[in-house]
Amino acid sequence: MIGEMSRIVRTMTNIIFGFIVVFGFYVIAHGHLSPGGGFQGGAIVASAFALLLVTYGTEVIQQYIAKDLLSVIESTGLILFGSFGFLGISATYFYNIVANSGGLFGSPTVIGVNPGDLNTSGTIALMNIAVGLEVLAALGVIVLTMSAAAEIIQNKEKS
Amino acid sequence: MSPLVSFAHIAVLVTLVIAAFLAVTLRDLMSSVIALAAASLLLALEYYLLHAPDVAIAEAAIGAALSTAIYIFAVRATRR
Repeated sequence: MIGEMSRIVRTMTNIIFGFIVVFGFYVIAHGHLSPGGGFQGGAIVASAFALLLVTYGTEVIQQYIAKDLLSVIESTGLILFGSFGFLGISATYFYNIVANSGGLFGSPTVIGVNPGDLNTSGTIALMNIAVGLEVLAALGVIVLTMSAAAEIIQNKEKS
Repeated sequence: MSPLVSFAHIAVLVTLVIAAFLAVTLRDLMSSVIALAAASLLLALEYYLLHAPDVAIAEAAIGAALSTAIYIFAVRATRR
């Protein structure tokens, strides 16, 4: 198989891949409490995807994840980000009406330092999730396309 | 600034310059890419020491992981 690396690299990738993905989604979900946010978490998840591409090559990965699926996820993230702005349209665009409302991400915000209550901050957390989806899919598309192009050149050099 | 933090700053910056020098001078392209990733990771560590953890996470994810992967794809398409 073209672009597949040695057994050592494959075993390490199999072990470490899940941890990187979980850490990326952790950074996305805790974007309103800790350093990081949608962009950084999405870049971490996309770097896990790039690790998979470097290790196994494009042909194997494309059996599991299609480029069109990533494009759909990217567009979904952008549409979600735009439409979350309309939630508070009664006041202004991007008005944070979900905060302190009692629903999802809506428990009352503490004054001062937040001790780690994840269920606060209203629209900000939802927008972090939307941006995270958009960034991980967009960077995934970039890496997948570049890897496929490099393998086409590789095939030409060999023949 | 405590002496330990100053020492960490100097050590990270000296290692960063060494890694960047290696990235330019190494003959093997794959080794050069690895040296560039090490330089990027040390730059992320320096951002963290300067109390910018947000930038450090972005630099570590994009500079050290994604751009390295793209460089590896490009190096694979060349002949040794």
